[in-house]
Amino acid sequence: MHMIESGNTAAANGVRLAKVQVIAAYPITPQTPLTEKLSEFVDSGEMDAQYIPVESEHSALAVCIASSSAGARSFTATSANGLLYMNEQLHWAAGARLPIVMCVVNRGIGAPWTVWNDHQDSVSQRDTGWIQIYCCDHQQIIDTVLKAFCLAETVSIPVMVCYDGYILSHTYMPFDIPTQAEVDRFLPPFAPAYALNSENPANLNTVTLPDVRPDVRGNMAPGYMEIRHNLHADMRSAIGVVAEIDQKFQEVFGRNGNPYIEPYQCDDAEFVAICMGSLSYHLRDVVDILRTEGLPVGVMGLRLYRPFPDQAVREALAGRKNVIVFEKALSYGNQGALYADIKSALYCGKKRPPVHNYILGLGGREIKTAQLVEVLKKSCTQPDTVGDEPQWIGLKL
Amino acid sequence: MKKDPFGRHKSHSEPGPGDGGRTGSWRVKRPVIDLTKCIPAKKNKPACFTCWLFCPDGVITRTIPPTINYEYCKGCEICAEECPAEAISMIDEAVFIKKEK
Amino acid sequence: MTEKTTILTLPADELVHPGNRACAGCGLSLTYRIGLKALGRDTILVVPPSCLTVLQGLYPIAATQLPCLNVTFASTAAAATGILGALRAQKNTSTLVAAWAGDGGTSDIGIQALSGACERGENFIFICYDNEAYMNTGVQRSGTTPQGAITTTTPISGKAQKKKDVPAIIAAHGIGYVATASAAYPLDLYDKIVKAKTITGPKYIHVHTPCPAGWGFNSRYTVKLGKLAVETGLFDLYEIENGRFRLTGASEKLMGKRRKPVSQYFKTQSRFRALSDEKIEAIQKEIDAKWAGYAQSA
Repeated sequence: MHMIESGNTAAANGVRLAKVQVIAAYPITPQTPLTEKLSEFVDSGEMDAQYIPVESEHSALAVCIASSSAGARSFTATSANGLLYMNEQLHWAAGARLPIVMCVVNRGIGAPWTVWNDHQDSVSQRDTGWIQIYCCDHQQIIDTVLKAFCLAETVSIPVMVCYDGYILSHTYMPFDIPTQAEVDRFLPPFAPAYALNSENPANLNTVTLPDVRPDVRGNMAPGYMEIRHNLHADMRSAIGVVAEIDQKFQEVFGRNGNPYIEPYQCDDAEFVAICMGSLSYHLRDVVDILRTEGLPVGVMGLRLYRPFPDQAVREALAGRKNVIVFEKALSYGNQGALYADIKSALYCGKKRPPVHNYILGLGGREIKTAQLVEVLKKSCTQPDTVGDEPQWIGLKL
Repeated sequence: MKKDPFGRHKSHSEPGPGDGGRTGSWRVKRPVIDLTKCIPAKKNKPACFTCWLFCPDGVITRTIPPTINYEYCKGCEICAEECPAEAISMIDEAVFIKKEK
Repeated sequence: MTEKTTILTLPADELVHPGNRACAGCGLSLTYRIGLKALGRDTILVVPPSCLTVLQGLYPIAATQLPCLNVTFASTAAAATGILGALRAQKNTSTLVAAWAGDGGTSDIGIQALSGACERGENFIFICYDNEAYMNTGVQRSGTTPQGAITTTTPISGKAQKKKDVPAIIAAHGIGYVATASAAYPLDLYDKIVKAKTITGPKYIHVHTPCPAGWGFNSRYTVKLGKLAVETGLFDLYEIENGRFRLTGASEKLMGKRRKPVSQYFKTQSRFRALSDEKIEAIQKEIDAKWAGYAQSA
């Protein structure tokens, strides 16, 4: 069924079709319509789920951690400061290996207050052990929500589905809503290896000593470091699983994107711009303009951010004359976060192109096509004039 | 439990005694029940069992007579204090170490 | 009116393994051991960072024989909510959910989640074991630390502020059952938990939990001291059922009788060594006024 609706509505329908059992969310702009839509689905009976109106975001994820530990498919959503409020729970859910899915409707963080879009919220949480996938349009939002549950429950790692606040969450676009039957073929019911129960009691996530120690049967059990190592190792393995699930999605729904990177005009591109989220589609307009001027430039939208698909990035970018990274976030005191990740992935490659770093759109600062054209052209034609430190677009000092 | 190739080694603890080791080694004094004073022992039927009720570690059995698990008894002395018949004395562990030697 | 449980009718089944890391003579150990008998095996526990976390065992050995979820400090009641949500989704109407938190995890860092859960009417039993300081991290003052008590963060003059009245705060949410209990009166605690199991909605039980290490007394007197707190009228055993307040057990028996002077209680614990005689007198007057109030409303 086709619908012309908002990104938030697309996400909500994904959650509904995934037959989520427990939803706990606290309203925060620009996530609120998503939460409201879900409460409407539950209240009307259209969705057979527990909708829990928690009193904070920290509690929202606490509810999901507990309900997931007890065997229920669980979901929450938030933005910006809400995401940060649940920060300790992010680490907790990942370390507890719980397949929770969360939509992050990207918004800038205070201080000072902003409600408009940038990526600092989710990008600043890239070290928590959550898988992060960024969406570029509404179809990707609903599809990624469905894939996220499949992925999370396969690898026992929570997944963040990120999409731009206002730019995607509140704008209207056509997208296809699959049927419940199709989704049921793609996503089986949640069947964890263990869910809290009294027949087989266990004490979960208690204090763990630095060293390994025998369990009740006398067998050596892993220590904290092993448990954490396995999270990382499984995240790395998840890179392959992402592609497998994309393939499975293709088979059931007849459509697919690229699991890691969405290229546009990159086959013969000497210069490649790369970014995350809806900006990658905006940059397609810029690429079209520069191509008419004869500049062999392309753009890539990075979908999977964590685990970082470094091999795919290396393969896509090796041998290019220049790589230009655009991002709506940075690691304060250093460089753009995505820029650092890309540079690091290219470091061990043989053909290391120069990489440029552009910061833009913070706190929703408008991004103009003309600005992007000017900056990208300069990076491509006069690369030596662009330094290694982050360059800012649209700053009005 | 179903096999789980991912998510192995979650922090999943199973029930069992002695998480803190042999906590009987914490004792300085050991509680000893005088069966000539102990009420259920004297009556030879279920009665009193105050020591069983108040033992924080549950190492006293509700039997006739009550018995104490010295492997885990921490020597807190609550049983000795609460026994209405003053049947429990706290004896220095050194006495028993000598005996056991 | 159900029969009061006696030592002989209290279930013999032990649901906690010995050899755990609780201190010798720990009031929580006693509370928890008896409390689990009341809850029964078909209960999922939720526990934040606290002495109970350690008592229940370090990975991979669990002293508790019940399924339990350890959670972050502020989130106990929210986690209990989540388990209830999962049980409802699974159409499980029999398994209980019981949260066990210390005074910090209940009424300081944990109060937001608890308030939200009470407002939502979540069907759990929330048991606060109040040992009157952040004991697990080394005896730092909490909201329920009594006035004048020496703690590691009120090390010389003792706590300036009064003890936070947590049961009253929870009762103000209008939940169906709020009760106080004491480690020193385990049968009363047992019966209150059993009663709570028959009620739908949030149930809150606040358990006065003597702590030999943190309060500064010989572990031999854990039960004696717990009783003394009640016999002096300092800590009262009561129930608030559907808004109706009623003293219970040893506190009910104290009505119209002479209470032991509260100075007896303070003199037994080194944490009260900074309390002046004037301050003790002032506290005695407060207790007397409180009991005069009870007599009036009776």
